[in-house]
Amino acid sequence: MEFKILKKQIGIEKQIDDFLDKVSESGLLFKDGVEAYLQGSMEDFKTKLEQIANAERIGDSLRRGLEERLYRQTLIPESRGDVLELLESMDTLLDQFKGALWRFDIEYPEICSEFIADFMDLVAKVVESVESMVLSARAFFKDANSVADHMHKVSFWEKQSDKISTRLQKSVFKREDLRLSHRMQIRDFVRQVDEIADAAEDVADRLSIYVIKRSL
Amino acid sequence: MFAFFLTSGLFLGWSLGANDAANVFGTAVGSRMIKFITAAICCSVFVVIGSVISGTGASHTLGKLGSVNAIAGAFIVAFAAATSVYLMTKAGYPVSTSQAVVGAIIGWNLFSGSLTDFNALVKIVMTWVACPILAAIFSIIFYKIFAFFITRAKIHMFTLDKFTRYGLVLAGIFGSYSLGANNIANVMGVFVPVSPFSDISFYGIFKLTSAQQLFFIGGVAIAVGVFTYSKRVMMTVGEGIMELSPVAALIVVWSHSIVLFLFASQGLEGFLTRHGLPAIPLVPVSSSQAIVGSIIGLGILKGGRGLRWRTLGGISGGWVATPVIAALISFISLFFLQNVFQQQTYRPLTYILTPDAVERIQQAGISSKDIKELVGMELTSAVKFSSALSNRISLTRKDRDFIIESSEIDEIAVDKESIARVKIDWITESQKKAIEKMDGRVFIHKWQFDEALAEASPEWRFRTNDKTFNQDLKNKLDFIHKSVR
Repeated sequence: MEFKILKKQIGIEKQIDDFLDKVSESGLLFKDGVEAYLQGSMEDFKTKLEQIANAERIGDSLRRGLEERLYRQTLIPESRGDVLELLESMDTLLDQFKGALWRFDIEYPEICSEFIADFMDLVAKVVESVESMVLSARAFFKDANSVADHMHKVSFWEKQSDKISTRLQKSVFKREDLRLSHRMQIRDFVRQVDEIADAAEDVADRLSIYVIKRSL
Repeated sequence: MFAFFLTSGLFLGWSLGANDAANVFGTAVGSRMIKFITAAICCSVFVVIGSVISGTGASHTLGKLGSVNAIAGAFIVAFAAATSVYLMTKAGYPVSTSQAVVGAIIGWNLFSGSLTDFNALVKIVMTWVACPILAAIFSIIFYKIFAFFITRAKIHMFTLDKFTRYGLVLAGIFGSYSLGANNIANVMGVFVPVSPFSDISFYGIFKLTSAQQLFFIGGVAIAVGVFTYSKRVMMTVGEGIMELSPVAALIVVWSHSIVLFLFASQGLEGFLTRHGLPAIPLVPVSSSQAIVGSIIGLGILKGGRGLRWRTLGGISGGWVATPVIAALISFISLFFLQNVFQQQTYRPLTYILTPDAVERIQQAGISSKDIKELVGMELTSAVKFSSALSNRISLTRKDRDFIIESSEIDEIAVDKESIARVKIDWITESQKKAIEKMDGRVFIHKWQFDEALAEASPEWRFRTNDKTFNQDLKNKLDFIHKSVR
C-alpha cells in the first residue's frame, strides 16, 4: 500500500509541475497569438488558437486528475482545500487567456496601428504578472519562504498593466473619428486582457493566506 | 473457574487497547494522515506480535498483579483497574492503565491489611507532573530541530507528506509493539502460573508455550479493544487538545517515544551501566502522560492559544481520578466477593519474628534489641506488624520492609508434584537441579527457600551492581514461589 502511494506521489509532483507549465505556456501562446493577429499573420494566429485550446484541454485534464488523487488518497489533509483552490484559480487564468484569444477569432476587431504598441505592451505586462504568479505557486509547493519573492512582482505588473490599460482606453476614446461601437469594442478587448492581471493579483492575495496557514 | 477469572484480565487488556492505542496512533488519525481503520489494523497486528514475542522473555514476570496473593483477589484488582480505565475511555480521556492497576492494588492492600509501598504513590504523583514537563521539553526541542532542517531542505509539499506518513506509521508500529510487549505481563502475567494450557508443538519445528498462548489471548483482547473502542480517545489526543498539523503530529509521537525510551528503558540503563557509562535516571514516566505533555509543549511554543485548556483540565482530572476510582471499586468489590460470594480474595499472612528471622535481621546490621518483646509474637497483618515496629523503634523504610519480609510466614513445602508445576523453559539446567534438590524440604519463610536455592547453585545468587539481572532473578523467584506453593 505504501509503495503504491510512493509511486503516485512522485507522479503528483510532476503533474503539478506540468499543470503550472500549461498555465505559463498559455500566457506565452496568448502573447504570440495576439502579435500574429495584430501583424496580420492569420495562419500563425490560427495555429496559436489551436495550441492554446489544446493547452487548456490538457490543463483541465491535469487539474481534474490532481483533484481526484488528492481526495482519493487523502493526501496533504491540512492543505488540500487550499491547494485545490489554488489549482482552480490557476486554471481560471488559463481559461481567461484562451477566452481572450478566441474572442479575437470571433469578433475580428480592427485595432488601429497607433494602438498596437500599447496593446502589445499591455499583453506583455499581463503575461509577466501571470508568470510571476506561476513562480509563486511553484515556490508554494517547494519553498514557502520564497513565495513572497515572486508575489510582489504580481502586484507590480498588475499596476503597470492597469496604467497602460487606462492610457490605452483614453487614447481610444479620444479618436472621435471612430464609431462609438468600434471604440467600445476595442475598450472591451483592452479590459478583458487587463482583467487577467487583476485575476492573477487576486490569486496572489489568497496564496499569501495559504502560506501563513501552512505553518509546521 | 480459571476461565471466569481470566475474563477480568481480558477486560483489562481490552481497556488497555481502547485507551492506549491513542498514544501511538492518536496524532496520526487526528491529523487525518492515516485512516482510523488502517491505524487499528496496524496497531492490532503489532500489539499481538509484541505480546507474544515479549512473552518469550517475560513469561516469568507476574507483573504488578503478582503482589496480589489470591487469584480471586487478582480477578477483582484487574476488574477494578479495567473498569476505571473504561470509564475514562468513555469520557475520551487518555489515562495510565498502570496507574489504574496500582490504584486497584492499593484498594486490595487496604482490604487485606497488606502494606502499601508509599514510594508507589509518590511515583504516581511525580509522573503526573514530571512526565508531561519532560515530554513538553523534548517536543519543543524536536520541533526546533525539525523546523530548522525542513525549511532549509526545501522539500516538496508532497515529499514531506509522504515522509511524514511513513514516520507516523513507523512510530505507530513500534509503539504498538512496545504497548503489547510492555503491558502483556501486567495483563496476563498473574494467570501464567495457574494456566491450564499445555505447550503445543508444531511438527517439532517450533513450540508455542502455554505462557505464549496466554499472551496471545491477552494480545487479542488488547487488539479487540483497539478496534472496538479506541477512536474516542484517539480523537481527543489527535485533535481534542490542539489542532495538529501532520508534521506536528509526527514530532509529538516521536518525542513521546524518545522520552519513554530514555527514561523508562531498563534495557538502555543496563546497556549504559554494563559499559561503564553514566545511566540516565529512570524517572517514572507514563505513555499517556508523555503524549499529552508533548502536545502541550507544541502548544506553548505557539503561544498557548491553540490549546484547549478545558480539555486539558478534564484530562488531568482523569489522571487523578483513575487510581482513586480503581482503589474504590477494588475495595468495595473485594468486600462483596469475599463476604457475599465467599471467595478467598487474599491469603492471610502472619508475621512472626522467628529465631531464624532475628538472625537474618542481625546479620543485615539492623539492631534487634528494641523489638525483643515482639519475638515469637504472631501478628496477623503487615499493617499491624508495621505499627508494632514503629511503636518500639524508629526505622528507615528499607529496614522496616526488610524486617517485615524476614518475618513473613509463607510456608513453601517442596515435593515432586510442586516441582513439576514449575514451567521450566526459562531456567538453566543448574537452576533446575537446584530446585530438585529442595525435594522434601519445608520452608517457613520465602527467603529461606531463596537462600537454599542460592546455596545449591550460584545461578540463583543475586549479583552486586547488576540491577537488570537482580530484577529478573527476583521475578523468577516470585514466579517459582507461586508455582511451587
